[in-house]
Amino acid sequence: MGLRALLCRTILVLLTCVFLLPPLVAAQTNQNLILATTTSTQDSGLLDVLVPVFEQKTGYRVKTVAVGTGQALTMGKRGDADVLLTHAPAAEKPLVDEGWLLDRVSFMYNDFVVVGPQADPAQVRSAQSAAAALKRLAESKVPFISRGDQSGTHKQEQSLWKASGLVPQGDWYIESGQGMGATLRIASEKSAYTLTDRSTYLHLQKTLTSTILFAGDPVLRNVYSVMRVNPAKHSGVNSEGGKAFHAWLLGDEARELIRQYGAKEFGQPLFFLETRP
Amino acid sequence: MELLLDGFLKALRLMLGGDAEVWQITLLSLQVSGTATLLSLVVGIPFGTFLALIQFPGRRLCISLVNTGMGLPPVVVGLLLSILLWRSGPLGFLQLIYTPAAMMMAQVVIAFPIVAGLTMAAFQTLNPQLAMQLLGIGASRWQLLWLLGKEAQLPLLAAVMAGFGGVISEVGSVMMVGGNIKGQTRVLTTATVLETQKGNFAIAIALGLILLTLSFMVNLVLTSLQQRQQIRWPSLS
Repeated sequence: MGLRALLCRTILVLLTCVFLLPPLVAAQTNQNLILATTTSTQDSGLLDVLVPVFEQKTGYRVKTVAVGTGQALTMGKRGDADVLLTHAPAAEKPLVDEGWLLDRVSFMYNDFVVVGPQADPAQVRSAQSAAAALKRLAESKVPFISRGDQSGTHKQEQSLWKASGLVPQGDWYIESGQGMGATLRIASEKSAYTLTDRSTYLHLQKTLTSTILFAGDPVLRNVYSVMRVNPAKHSGVNSEGGKAFHAWLLGDEARELIRQYGAKEFGQPLFFLETRP
Repeated sequence: MELLLDGFLKALRLMLGGDAEVWQITLLSLQVSGTATLLSLVVGIPFGTFLALIQFPGRRLCISLVNTGMGLPPVVVGLLLSILLWRSGPLGFLQLIYTPAAMMMAQVVIAFPIVAGLTMAAFQTLNPQLAMQLLGIGASRWQLLWLLGKEAQLPLLAAVMAGFGGVISEVGSVMMVGGNIKGQTRVLTTATVLETQKGNFAIAIALGLILLTLSFMVNLVLTSLQQRQQIRWPSLS
């Protein structure tokens, strides 16, 4: 009996200590700012340039969490983030209208492009519009890799299919369920087509067999917006931090950094600034 | 093959060249998984000992739960813990989400059943007569536990290595509760996933090799400890 009680007591004491330890160890501070963004935004490397500058200037500790667009917006709605940086206007607007997100400002853009094999069996190169390009892809039934993950890119792709009046289905339409880099690699390996943001493509270009076959249609514009999570909807939202980041991102210093980003490495900037409202 | 060679060379370059970010990521991996393993030993070994030595109602159920726990999918642990730690969750006020502390908590949950289950099995290999003899010659309760532990040190050290191995290599839970934030919660496994997603396969392989090297070195130390005695088995060849 003695042994039993001894062990029981020991275990209880240890359990208490073990689970009290992390909270004591964690930094209790409201200098934490949670920025929810998308994987393609993070993969472009832009935030690795912007965030440290902001942190140094203001002393906030930014936790950049890169998830799918769907998850980022859900985090905003649940108050699990303070500020969002996403590129899915159609999904963002309802949340703004319902009051979950404030101060939505579209501040920069780049574009989506259709990439595929050099030989271009679907003859996408000579298409006159994005809708026409997609039609040719559907008709040719050459493999097309979709993100399939409710990301900003995926939503853009879906809206393009919808606009062209087509429903993509069949063995040729493959959903990778993965990030842009992995999806591009699948497309490259299978000599398939895919829709990608220009930035991710440029980063991986050297290791891919795909080339840019279609670009330039205004509907392929990829618009990035920054928005604050409404502090009135949730307690615990870092309202001051959200405002500070929002304001800084739209200010001159950030704009200059964005304007120059990528110019040296790729010979062209990866993002373009929207004119200020 | 070229990719593998590329990755191997990159690994050497990163390790020897002192790339600051890679060193920081490696150190954090060691800190998080090392601490989590230690904490899981602190709770798991007593609990496993308890399960092995003490009879109590519901013991079989407890043992089954622990054994099932050894196969807990890390990503599920991460998801459940995230739900608790998110701001929208009941423990959101602790501000633990996206911190190394949260990652440690998740890994303790993963390692605990492994350590407890294997500790229990370790003690169950002992002859109960031994315990009776020790008590008979006047061992106190603490002395009894210590001596039994020494007898079972081979499988106990295996439990430690299994616990560590289980958490140093997992990515599902630390990705969810940590967020893979550069400079704050990025560890070797999550960095490998990131580089793979971005398509930087050589770097991903390099990080994987560094992780294996780290794991190997830790296990080398523990194995040396475990295999101190030369036990002569008859030749089976």
